[in-house]
Amino acid sequence: MIDLADAGCVLGGRTVWAGVSTRVGPGEFVAILGPNGVGKSTLLKVLLGLVPLAHGTARVLGRPPGAANREIGYLPQRGGFDATVRVPGSDIVRLGVDGHRWGVPLPGRRSRAAAERTAAVVHRVGAAGYAHRPIGTLSGGEQQRLLIGQALAAGPRLLLLDEPLDSLDLPNQAAIAALVRDICADGVAVVMVAHDVNPILPYLDRVVYLAGGGAVVGTPDEVITTEALSKLYATPVEVLSTSDGQLVVVGVPEPVAHHGPRHAPAPGIRR
Amino acid sequence: MTPAFSWNLLGDLREMWSWPFMLNAFRAGTIVAVLAAVVGWFMVLRRQAFAGHTLAVVGFPGAAAAVWLGLSATAGYLAGCLGAALVLAVRRGDARGPAGADPAAVGTVQAFALACGALFVSLYHGFLTGTTALLFGGFLGVTAGQVLLLAAVAVVALGLLLAVGRPLLFASVDPVVARAHGVPVRALDALFLLALAVTAAGVSQVTGALLVFALLVLPAATARRLTVRTLPGLALAVLAGLATVWLALFVAYYSPYPFGFWLTTVAFGGYLLAVLAGRWRAVR
Repeated sequence: MIDLADAGCVLGGRTVWAGVSTRVGPGEFVAILGPNGVGKSTLLKVLLGLVPLAHGTARVLGRPPGAANREIGYLPQRGGFDATVRVPGSDIVRLGVDGHRWGVPLPGRRSRAAAERTAAVVHRVGAAGYAHRPIGTLSGGEQQRLLIGQALAAGPRLLLLDEPLDSLDLPNQAAIAALVRDICADGVAVVMVAHDVNPILPYLDRVVYLAGGGAVVGTPDEVITTEALSKLYATPVEVLSTSDGQLVVVGVPEPVAHHGPRHAPAPGIRR
Repeated sequence: MTPAFSWNLLGDLREMWSWPFMLNAFRAGTIVAVLAAVVGWFMVLRRQAFAGHTLAVVGFPGAAAAVWLGLSATAGYLAGCLGAALVLAVRRGDARGPAGADPAAVGTVQAFALACGALFVSLYHGFLTGTTALLFGGFLGVTAGQVLLLAAVAVVALGLLLAVGRPLLFASVDPVVARAHGVPVRALDALFLLALAVTAAGVSQVTGALLVFALLVLPAATARRLTVRTLPGLALAVLAGLATVWLALFVAYYSPYPFGFWLTTVAFGGYLLAVLAGRWRAVR
């Protein structure tokens, strides 16, 4: 589904990362990890064709990045809906089905098909109990389920999620991670940017770890180790394992922030 | 000759509609109620009520200047509102979302607009009669030409909204994700401001520049109190707007009190009923 070979990205004259090579097949769950500002979101934007590669090649769904965006579900980094947004959750999911099409929904076969698809997706993400309520009144975890539903609504083969667990508490992080695993079981490939690997560690197939302008790709056991990360950061870094299996990375040098505002608006993708 | 209200409603209506100016008032009011309800529903969703009010207020100096220059007040309203909308649409470069510019700056612009309007009215010595209609509306002077213009404006504005309804809803609710799906959010923001300006100018003909809220905000807010769903909400807003205008015109015909007062009172009464209905539903 995704084929990156020695990919490198240059932004503003500075090499963001280089030497990223990986393949993602159907149903695989891949995480992009790394410290803040290293360019994790940029890698997603490269896959969407929004940012060009400086060297190396990338093929997404068998085509150059940007050509197959119709079959990709993308959930950019975003804040939650505030309490005054009184749009039903199921309408939010419906927007993912046909919200970008011009006109208004007219009664008919197409509209009914869209409504059925919306109901099916809402059920799939486990939000059927509260999808009729205004989205502003729902909790962070419930909103995130509906937003993942919105990204799934058009039936994509590849799902790109940018820090979906960002503002959730631990039980919700675990629940959303389990939901993503279920989605992978359906054959959808998922690439998720995360800054904490622990909630998704049990379900991950592969990790792309970006740091210090380079990358290490492999299974979590191969990548998140003292040796691999020390080599990547070119400075002593320790990976500690707690008694319940969580991983803690200690000694990461503070990155110099060259990036723009963290929540800058996501540019549009051409369809 | 003051009209006398009798309990024979059909007779009353027949008598009322025997006057051309009343017929025109009902026609203009109907067109304006439908347009304002639909545009207002989106405006409330996008939390742009302050922008809507500003656009309406800026119509007043436009209309006053037009009358001073010997042109029609309608043209003046349209020019004032559209001009302000273009300025607002062009300025909005930041990611602040549809809520827009600093409220203090906008409030100052509103005050300045009202003051300029007062200046223009004094220039054509219209203080005794001119200001009331421009600011608070009225139903006595609606001409057939105005009705036709309002109808044309409504058809264009509603047609535009029909063409962009879905992407506009997406961009209003979730601009970040909508942009990721390929929706031209900034273009739709600008387009909606223009539709809002044209609606404010149209509604000002009937309600005056200061009372545009009665038709632009209250029916939509009433509908949103009763339902969060999109299509039923729009339908309810239109019904509320029509009921407000028809009832207000009917009462104002017999009453010596200003039409603007009846319009706002009926609109607000409807909103209160919706609030009470919501409370009662919650308590059950």
